[in-house]
Amino acid sequence: MLELKNIVFDVTEEDGSVKRIIDGVSLRLDENKFYVVTGPNGGGKSTLARIIMGIEKPTSGQILLDGVDITDKSITERAKMGISFALQQPVRFKGIKVHDLINIASGKDLGTVEACEYLSAVGLCARDYIDREVNASLSGGELKRIEIATVLARGTKLSVFDEPEAGIDLWSFQNLIHIFETMREEIKGTILIISHQERILNIADEIIMIADGKITKTGKKEDMMIDIIGASLEGGICSRMNIPEGGRN
Amino acid sequence: MAELTQAQKDLLETIAGLTCMPGGAFNIRANGGLAERQVTEHINITSKEDKPGIDIHIAPETKGETCYIPVVMDESGMTDIVYNDFFIGEGADVTIVAGCGIHNCGGEDSQHDGIHRFFVGKGAHVKYVENHYGSGDGLGKRILNPVTEVYQDEDSSVEMEMVQIKGVDSTIRTTKSELAKGAKLVVRERLMTHGEQHAESIYLTELNGDGSSADVVSRSVARDNSYQKYTSRIVGKAECSGHTECDAILMDNARVLAVPELDAACLDAQLVHEAAIGKIAGDQLIKLMTLGLTPEEAEEQIINGFLA
Repeated sequence: MLELKNIVFDVTEEDGSVKRIIDGVSLRLDENKFYVVTGPNGGGKSTLARIIMGIEKPTSGQILLDGVDITDKSITERAKMGISFALQQPVRFKGIKVHDLINIASGKDLGTVEACEYLSAVGLCARDYIDREVNASLSGGELKRIEIATVLARGTKLSVFDEPEAGIDLWSFQNLIHIFETMREEIKGTILIISHQERILNIADEIIMIADGKITKTGKKEDMMIDIIGASLEGGICSRMNIPEGGRN
Repeated sequence: MAELTQAQKDLLETIAGLTCMPGGAFNIRANGGLAERQVTEHINITSKEDKPGIDIHIAPETKGETCYIPVVMDESGMTDIVYNDFFIGEGADVTIVAGCGIHNCGGEDSQHDGIHRFFVGKGAHVKYVENHYGSGDGLGKRILNPVTEVYQDEDSSVEMEMVQIKGVDSTIRTTKSELAKGAKLVVRERLMTHGEQHAESIYLTELNGDGSSADVVSRSVARDNSYQKYTSRIVGKAECSGHTECDAILMDNARVLAVPELDAACLDAQLVHEAAIGKIAGDQLIKLMTLGLTPEEAEEQIINGFLA
């Protein structure tokens, strides 16, 4: 349903030199499957996710959604065509309430009960949150879950999550895993998660390993363990993945 | 409302939410004169004899009543100065809805300067809502220069909601407050300027009694070539707490100057100020666009939320 063809993304450094962040990535995502993109820090994972949403424009290459070329489409157009995106760093808004954000996400004026369902789905006690502002009074974990609730409320055919585990506490993380496990069971549409977390890798249909701007391998987790451990040794993700010697199944 | 013009009725609805005469006490001033007045058992309104304006006496222990004192103008070239004094009895708990709307279709400037003084009795609570608005496509300016003085007796509390969202070309809003022991003041200003507008807000707050507190917060949006200046000075003369904040969204070629001033004249005064001015954050726009809004819709949503 989503196809990336030879995507290249360059940035110009302060000294004028050009740095290649994404180096010819081609990828095909099928309908109703659960993908996890992993790999060392700085390997280009988040950039790739942002290119899919249209937040970054590729230097070259082509992106097709259900056969339609969306390479030059704006963020808004892609959102309307059925792509959702959960930001790595959720945004705070002074004055905009959680309920407002869920309404915007769903494209409807939802009643309190309906809007609360999305919050309950991400493990928040809905009535305590629905009328709160999406501002600095919310913790990182709360914001992250609200961010995920907005993606759930959209219910699009492709949902992209950029490091959903980043910046949240352990308690929130346990809940987060549960949310994705539930999404995995009740999968509707294609899900692409950028993650280092083993428990998220565990529930993937397919893992995509990205390093140095290239896809180094794709496959099931059990086929990928040597590559994952290798990458973690290079990129220092071992501790975050919490993988014991020899892997874990 | 036979005596009010349609433009005046529209202004009344915008600034005070009135589509018909309210049930309680009210005094409606139109084009510099009295249009309608109603008093109640607990709220008496009388005209001043020495100058234009009214005295509003609210009896002690009056609970839950709302008093409306809107001003509307639709004559071009008019300057109206009015002096209103509010005497709030001890233990009263009331809402006062003021505000001024100017519709100016002519070529001359229209100006209204409301000079309000509040004498708030012991333990009384006042919610004061002031909405300023201008309309009309004439070249004449719509000018509002309100001065509000608030004298709070012991343990009284005053909440002020000051709103100016549209159409006022030039304004200098001055609000002075003096708080006695245990008194509390909360100010929420919301301001949007556009075009070539100029808006200045000056808040001078004196915390004179132990246990007094003030929280003066302005949220504003400055668009086009408009200019805003926000000055908030809190003086702590006792064991007190004061907080003032200016939070402004800057757009186009607008300019915002924030001048927070804290003057701690007592060792036990705790005073804090915050000021943040900046354009709409790019990631806020991106987030709303990923939810399907266009950049313009996202911007509108952010501003509306910010000023809500």
